[in-house]
Amino acid sequence: MSAITSSPVSAFGSVPAAPPLVRGITRFARREFRDALASKWFLLYTFAFTVLAVGVSVLSLSGVGSHGFAGFGRTAAGLLNLIMLVVPLMALTAGAGSIAGERERGTLLYLLAQPVSRTQVLLGKYLGLAAALVCSLCVGFGVSAGVLAWRTGGVGIGAYAMLVGFTALLALAMLSLGMLISVVSRRTTVATGLALFAWLALVFVSDLGLMASSVLLKLRVQEIFGLAAANPLQSFKMAVIVNMNASLDVLGPVGAYASRTLGAGLPWVLAASLMAWTLIPLALAVVLFARRGSV
Amino acid sequence: MIHAANITKRFGRTEAVSGVSFDLEAGASLALWGSNGAGKTTLIRCLLGVIRSTGRASISGIDVRRRGRHARALVGYVPQELAFHDDARLGSAMTFFAKLRGVSRDRATESLGLVGLSGHERKRVRDLSGGMKQRLALAVALLSDPPMIILDEPTSNLDAAGRGEVVETLRRLREGGKTLLFASHRPDEVISLAERVLVMERGRIVRDTTPAELWPTEKPVQVVRLYLEMASEADAADALRDAGHAVHLNGHGLCVAVPRDRKAEPIGVLARRQIEVRDIEVLEDVQIPGGDR
Repeated sequence: MSAITSSPVSAFGSVPAAPPLVRGITRFARREFRDALASKWFLLYTFAFTVLAVGVSVLSLSGVGSHGFAGFGRTAAGLLNLIMLVVPLMALTAGAGSIAGERERGTLLYLLAQPVSRTQVLLGKYLGLAAALVCSLCVGFGVSAGVLAWRTGGVGIGAYAMLVGFTALLALAMLSLGMLISVVSRRTTVATGLALFAWLALVFVSDLGLMASSVLLKLRVQEIFGLAAANPLQSFKMAVIVNMNASLDVLGPVGAYASRTLGAGLPWVLAASLMAWTLIPLALAVVLFARRGSV
Repeated sequence: MIHAANITKRFGRTEAVSGVSFDLEAGASLALWGSNGAGKTTLIRCLLGVIRSTGRASISGIDVRRRGRHARALVGYVPQELAFHDDARLGSAMTFFAKLRGVSRDRATESLGLVGLSGHERKRVRDLSGGMKQRLALAVALLSDPPMIILDEPTSNLDAAGRGEVVETLRRLREGGKTLLFASHRPDEVISLAERVLVMERGRIVRDTTPAELWPTEKPVQVVRLYLEMASEADAADALRDAGHAVHLNGHGLCVAVPRDRKAEPIGVLARRQIEVRDIEVLEDVQIPGGDR
């Protein structure tokens, strides 16, 4: 080893201060983004989502001879069910593995011993993962759009962009929920298990539960709509259907009620629901992580 | 430099650190000594503000609970074993920590050079030996040239050569005026590096002393570590103390400081009491600083 020639205080005259809040978050976000891009889960999710999205696009258009916007509408409807299954699973498991994984590997302790706050670590990881997830979705949607353009001769750019936008919002909401799960879980396996449970609950159980409770409790139509809008997946589904210029009547009396009472404000209400699902779990994760007594 | 007042940390019903108070002056070196589970590591984490505790801890007057990241900017931390993303390359890991600490890439390169890791930038963390990982942790700790280094059993996973290198580096840092606080279960390290020792038992400081007082024997001495059956360790320690030896049970065998030409004496003492010694390890020569005993 070379001779150590450090000074009693610092070679820099004074020790560099801890990074400001935003710069610290950015450092972690960049590292998380790079790590995610290089990781196997990112490649696997991106590949799976792309293959499924292209497959759905091709199947939606096969033998129908649809062109232009009608072709897009059919494809978007096909993609909708795929997105509602795959995207929450991707985002929930990615979020669940983040903090719990670092904790289990022992790397979290070392990071927290640096001049950074827990909030910087958590928000940095969230933003990095969010960017990686959106990139992954963009690859899938991009290839799918290429197929769509090739087969139908055109894509409704605005409508397609809205589909991508709402999907990204759904991914961010599910990532927040995953991060919250990760903060309260000591082990990665527990976090992943909870994330899968949350996915099952949101994708399947809530639908069945809503149907059952509407029958058993004889809920009014506005109550059923309120409960549906509180579920991020239902909000996403309604938002995409509205975005496709389709009538929410396809969703029955609840859809008709929503269209009639909220009109043009409906997409905003649904987007607000998704935003709330993004911000509330993330804020809870920040508070719980900051208050945690141990690593 | 460090002020700790009534630091207490509970994990459920267990009090891992109990009412610990001490002050450490700038430029001083302090060892935390005690068996496994004595609370050394937990105390270090409380002092860094990594885990929440009651009481008050400050570094250079900065409260670690309220302004933890500002307090930690003054400290370089070396864990027992570096835990960082195994896939990361050494160079990119250093760049990340350099940016986090607000220093340039050149400083990262310089810091790697200081610990003898120049030329290894392309290696992945998982491919580093235990000694290289510890040196990497030391390089990260020295990045911003902080006035204080806190180390948690920094040599426990190293072989003799790796230990010697790390101890030598720390000795130079101490001579350069850095404040050192470290946990160790090796008497040779404590004697070589510390001016002051806090002996911990069950989360409490039971003795605030010096290495010379802890191992009162003429210098130079060697520390012999005896490995015994767990059940007979307490009896063995009593027997050796009765025979006038300075003994410490620290969870990694029984450490006895002996003059260099009387290394077998503790084994004889134990043999007379019919206590079997399974193995023996002779640690490095140690020089007790500042004392003629």
